[in-house]
Amino acid sequence: MRVFLTLLRRELSAFFLSIAGYVIIASVTLLNSLSFVVLMTNLGNDPSPMPVTEMFYRTYFFWLVVLLAAPIITMRLFALEKSSGTFETLMTTPVGDLQVVAAKFTAAVVFYIVTWLPMMACLFVVRHFTNQPTALDAGTVGGMYLGIFLTGCLFLSLGCFASAISRTQMAAAMISFVLGVSLFSMGFLAEALPATAQWQSQALSFFGLFEQMHDFARGVVDTRTVVFYVSATFFFLFLTLRAVESQRWK
Amino acid sequence: MNFLRRKFVKVKPGHKILTHPTEALSVYSNGRWSFCWLSAGFSSYTPRQVLMSENPMIEVSNLTKRYAGRTAVADISFTVARGEIVGLLGPNGAGKSTTMRILSSFMPATSGTVRVAGFDVFHESVEVRRRIGFMPENNPLYPEMRVREYLKFRARLKGLGWRRSRVRVATVMEQCGLTDVHRRIIGQLSKGYKQRVGLADALVHEPDLIILDEPTIGLDPNQIRSVRQLIKSLAEKHTVLISTHILPEAEMMCSRMLILYDGKILAADTPENLQKLMQGSSQIVAEIAAPAEELRAVWAQMPGIEQFDVSEGTDGFQRCALTPRDGYDLRPAIFTLASERGWMLRELMRNRHSLEDIYVQVTRPNEEEEN
Repeated sequence: MRVFLTLLRRELSAFFLSIAGYVIIASVTLLNSLSFVVLMTNLGNDPSPMPVTEMFYRTYFFWLVVLLAAPIITMRLFALEKSSGTFETLMTTPVGDLQVVAAKFTAAVVFYIVTWLPMMACLFVVRHFTNQPTALDAGTVGGMYLGIFLTGCLFLSLGCFASAISRTQMAAAMISFVLGVSLFSMGFLAEALPATAQWQSQALSFFGLFEQMHDFARGVVDTRTVVFYVSATFFFLFLTLRAVESQRWK
Repeated sequence: MNFLRRKFVKVKPGHKILTHPTEALSVYSNGRWSFCWLSAGFSSYTPRQVLMSENPMIEVSNLTKRYAGRTAVADISFTVARGEIVGLLGPNGAGKSTTMRILSSFMPATSGTVRVAGFDVFHESVEVRRRIGFMPENNPLYPEMRVREYLKFRARLKGLGWRRSRVRVATVMEQCGLTDVHRRIIGQLSKGYKQRVGLADALVHEPDLIILDEPTIGLDPNQIRSVRQLIKSLAEKHTVLISTHILPEAEMMCSRMLILYDGKILAADTPENLQKLMQGSSQIVAEIAAPAEELRAVWAQMPGIEQFDVSEGTDGFQRCALTPRDGYDLRPAIFTLASERGWMLRELMRNRHSLEDIYVQVTRPNEEEEN
């Protein structure tokens, strides 16, 4: 635990002591603010029965943030250490491989959550100016944030894996972007399949990240979805751990 | 009184006592706990040092490492005892770094076994890593951290407690001359300071074995001197393995040298013995004012001369290069000869083969054959 906390602290300080960290936060905030502007325009045009969070999600900037931010946050985790050689100093101390992976992933998740925090301000603005407590009830906002958290974990674990198997940051970012986009578009395949292909489309619909996130944004938390996200996250973390371990026996 | 100066060590259940009782320690066991008394002379030893003192620090047997299509280390074996400073010497690409990486259990060997302090680097990797301080090639550091912060981070990673890491970091900063720069950001330090940070990191948890891969590369002469002194001072408490391709450096610091070339050990001995090995072929140079033919005749008769060469020097002096047979010292004979015949002797010296020659000779066997 002590080693985990030490590593976590160092990883977090690497995020917050670099300009890159603030650039990421600023870009995510910019995209979110664009979403917010679109949302405001839509709300001004005509009234809608949808929850505000759902409308916010429907602006599609959301996926741009997740698909782009996750690779950029995670690319340096292992790849930078490998290319600068510090991976050698790190792995020749008596630290467990699991501790290294867990600390790096946790740091990435914490940073990811921090990048989403400025969005809270948007919610307060909506609440303040609409004067309607019902416009944003705790359930839908909570569901939205849970969704953001879970998709984030999934894409970050994917990014960790990509970083663990590549030597340069650029390669890591590209691999995790390609993997992420493929995973994301798998859900759309279900719609593209002919109606006769029943089990195939059902299987693919489990990967319908877009629809699942839509549910979260409406405040619907489906256990199946949660289990899917959590297990997929653990699956990629397991692969990451294996990739890190393989250094010692490959 | 002697009994009072003994140190008492209680060994936890489940911990193996790896040595048989020696004069350094007596072991009593009540079945559950073992008790060891260290004799007076060993009172500065940590329990770990004594308990394990019979294992050699490094045992490498038949180590081979192959990368795709290339053999970096080919079937090498060597042993390093505790307290030795051993230099791994060889040109670039000889397999020094690979050997060190395997020793520090960063990468696995293709075949062969490597034991550090009695632990296998592959199967008991954590135990090995606990006992080594490794400074890799090019000394990688986190550039955004501050010196003290970095050393503390490393100390904590290596399992030192909060209080202990504070004390140790202060000690190694003092030892490596980093106290003045402890607040500076590592990325902005000069190369010499960075190197010292790497050294301090290798020392911070008081490891049994310190592995330094090219510790003086890229430093200026003053910095090299201070790093060398630091490494020499480590010999009292630690075993040190250094790699270098600079010969005088190994000559100065190491108690033993392993010359590596193309993945194989070409020579392994103390610097003095390696020099002795070459002494038979050392050369005497004498400048004598005498006719060249007479000199040639004299040299041909003198016992103990294997080869000679007389060439025209300046101001009427002849320059004679003489190769003695094994064990002969020609210098007194030359002086006597010159004084008997009334010849003027301007210079008389022996060209000792330095390790440099040995090094060049052993590391380039093929080139000479080709020529």
